[in-house]
Amino acid sequence: MGLGAYVAVSAALFALGVVAIIVRRNVLYVLMGIEMILNAANINFVAFSHFQGGALDGRMFAIFTIILAAAEAAVALAIVLNVFYLFDSVRPSEADLLRE
Amino acid sequence: MKFDPSTDFGLLLAVLLIPLIGYTIQIFFGKKLPRQGDWMLTGGMGVVMLITVYLAIKAIAAGAHGDGHAVDFLHSSQDHGFAFKWLFDEAKGPGLLNVVAGILYDPLGAVMLAVVGIVCFCVHLFSIGYMQGDRRYHIFFANISLFSFAMLGLVLADNILFLFLFWEIMGLMSYLLIGHFSQDPSNPFFHRWATWASKKAFLTTRIGDCLLFIGIFIFYREFTTAWETVPAFKEALPRFQPFLFTDMWEMGRLVVAQNGGEFPAWMTAAGLCCFGGTIGKSAQFPLHIWLPDAMAGPTPVSAMIHAATMVAAGVFLLGRMYPLMSPEVLAVVTVVGATTALFAATIGMVVYDIKAVLAYSTISQLGFMVAAVGMGGLVAGMFHMVTHAFFKACLFLSAGSVIHGCHHVQDMRLMGGVRKHMPVTFVCMLVCTAAIAGVYQFSGYFSKDAILLAGWASVLDNAVFSGWNLYALISLAIAAMFTAFYMFRLIFMTFFGEYRGNLETHMYSAQIAAEGVEGPEPHAHDDHHGDEHGHDAHLPHEAPLRRNPMTISLVILAVFAVPGVAALLNGWITHLMTPLSMYGPTAGAFAAEKISEGILDHDSHLGRQAHYLAVGVSLFVATAGIVAAWFLYVRRRDLPEVITTKLGLVYTAVRRRYFVDEMIDIAFIQPTLKLTTFFRTFDEKVVDGFVLLNGSIHKGLAFFMAWIDKTIVDGLVNLVGLVSQAFGAATRLLQTGRIQQYAAFAVAGGLLLASWLILS
Repeated sequence: MGLGAYVAVSAALFALGVVAIIVRRNVLYVLMGIEMILNAANINFVAFSHFQGGALDGRMFAIFTIILAAAEAAVALAIVLNVFYLFDSVRPSEADLLRE
Repeated sequence: MKFDPSTDFGLLLAVLLIPLIGYTIQIFFGKKLPRQGDWMLTGGMGVVMLITVYLAIKAIAAGAHGDGHAVDFLHSSQDHGFAFKWLFDEAKGPGLLNVVAGILYDPLGAVMLAVVGIVCFCVHLFSIGYMQGDRRYHIFFANISLFSFAMLGLVLADNILFLFLFWEIMGLMSYLLIGHFSQDPSNPFFHRWATWASKKAFLTTRIGDCLLFIGIFIFYREFTTAWETVPAFKEALPRFQPFLFTDMWEMGRLVVAQNGGEFPAWMTAAGLCCFGGTIGKSAQFPLHIWLPDAMAGPTPVSAMIHAATMVAAGVFLLGRMYPLMSPEVLAVVTVVGATTALFAATIGMVVYDIKAVLAYSTISQLGFMVAAVGMGGLVAGMFHMVTHAFFKACLFLSAGSVIHGCHHVQDMRLMGGVRKHMPVTFVCMLVCTAAIAGVYQFSGYFSKDAILLAGWASVLDNAVFSGWNLYALISLAIAAMFTAFYMFRLIFMTFFGEYRGNLETHMYSAQIAAEGVEGPEPHAHDDHHGDEHGHDAHLPHEAPLRRNPMTISLVILAVFAVPGVAALLNGWITHLMTPLSMYGPTAGAFAAEKISEGILDHDSHLGRQAHYLAVGVSLFVATAGIVAAWFLYVRRRDLPEVITTKLGLVYTAVRRRYFVDEMIDIAFIQPTLKLTTFFRTFDEKVVDGFVLLNGSIHKGLAFFMAWIDKTIVDGLVNLVGLVSQAFGAATRLLQTGRIQQYAAFAVAGGLLLASWLILS
């Protein structure tokens, strides 16, 4: 299997993540969509580093991204909790204070 | 004793400054001073009196040393470097446009100054008693102090501009003092009368003042032009000051000499204008109308105005301007003076208010002085001014004492028998009445005799004979008889018979109110004497000497009228005052040409003739007048009524003062009022109409502008606002606040960008 297959999986995953962010009604699914986008990027990092001479820098980026995703999830969940306290809901469409 | 310029000019300046400083202190702090400052000002006037008398003694000593024609007593402080420089350019020195004011101390000024000093002091002293309890006591003292200051300054001024300044201050002070009671709410009659009388006095004298000012400036203009164009004048007077009296006299002499001994027409015009000032100030016909009403002021003020200050200023001005008066002017002066003397004397015979009698006698006596100056009796006129100042001040103060004693009643019909209750006042008043009536050896005898002598001299001498002088002489003789009559009528009505104060008061007051021509109505005695006369409150009483110095001043003034003293005065003044000593050697000789007294010296036969005639006439008229008064008011007291009813219309005319007030009202006041009404209507209709039209046009224009502003300008501004509002509303639709939508927009944008990058 060549590089194209990896990139295709990554692109599909990214597309799914974006769709999840835009259309899901629960904020947790939106967070999951963000994770999917990050992981789509990870696949690309690893795939490109493997097919272009096997240097380690692509894999190192992937590990950084995973750590970053973990931190992001922690912050995001804290925000979600606060949003829940504020709006009594976890629907992103309810939290529309930005309109003001 | 010789006049010492270095110290004596200082003393003269002190004479001027003491009352002025006193006034300044009094007007600011008078109310807080002990006894409201009366003793401070009276003491100051006492010092002034002592200085003026001391200096007058020096003048008299100089007169006694000279032989009557060579008296050298003309002192100008400018010759001794003692002057106040006003509008002065130091670089150029004295010039035509500079005013340098100094002190002129000449025989006329010396005598007048002493008279003013003595009379003003007596009036101050008298006021302490008379004005006690007055609401505006301290203001009254401040005002009479400034009044004295103005008269002293007028006498001392050595240039006509400063004389005019003091003249005007005096006009103002007379206004304030005549209107002294105009703020007294307790007596509405007095209140109205004083307000009206003070305005009348001020405005009437203002006419004369305007004329005087015009006269001054005719002299100024013509003299400066002559001095600049004629080189001989420049040589004769290298440092000519056009307002200075000495320079004016000299210049007048030069101008007349250059004109071939004739007075130029403009000098007659200017002289007439200056005489207009005298007519106003000295209450000559037809501007005499203010003087009888001036008695609305407190009696001490009347004494001051009628004796030494206000009215004397006009006669004094005649004395100062005499060398500049052409024979034509002097003819007018003679006629006006003689007419006034006779005219006022007739009114004096019929009035009942004690002060009104004295007021008309003042007008009449002023007519004597003015006529004397006109007939060439300059010294006689000035001498009569001096004697008159003393006895008239005394008469007024005595009248004040009587009024004070009779509980502020002024109507002689309500007096009578006062002699027994007020002996000191009676004696003083009798002496002064004898003086004014011209009883042998009393002071008025000498001065009136001198006037008649001058008149006879001018009439008897064919060279200077004029019909006007004859007219004046006859008028004055008749007026002298009337004077004796009405003055003794006053004495008999007031001091003899029985006291009528309690009888028929209401009838008289009603009668006076109906006639409305004189005096305030007798009113209930107000309580300001306190309890000094408890049990006999309805009888007159002398002012108590210990508490109240009124009688002292009466005695001081009366002394100058008694025989002996009067003869001394006569001798002193005739020695001191001659044209040469009054105007200096050159101008004096020039002035002496018009003086008929000079005729007596070089024609002894004529002199003797004139002398006998004058003495004979004056003694005859005085005796006739007194006997007539005695007969009508002591012997046959029913006769006056019979005579007045017989005279009928004539009596009414005299009683109503010949309707002069009414005539002036019709001739001047009503037209003036009509004119002002017309101008007011013109103002309201035409001028205001234009202004209102202009306003309306602008208002219409403004409405149009406002419409443009509101619709077009505001519309455009609103349109801009509306457009941006609509745009904002449209774009706001995109701002939903939903994160997911934003994300969708971002992705769509990213996809668009990517597709553009790929496809291009």
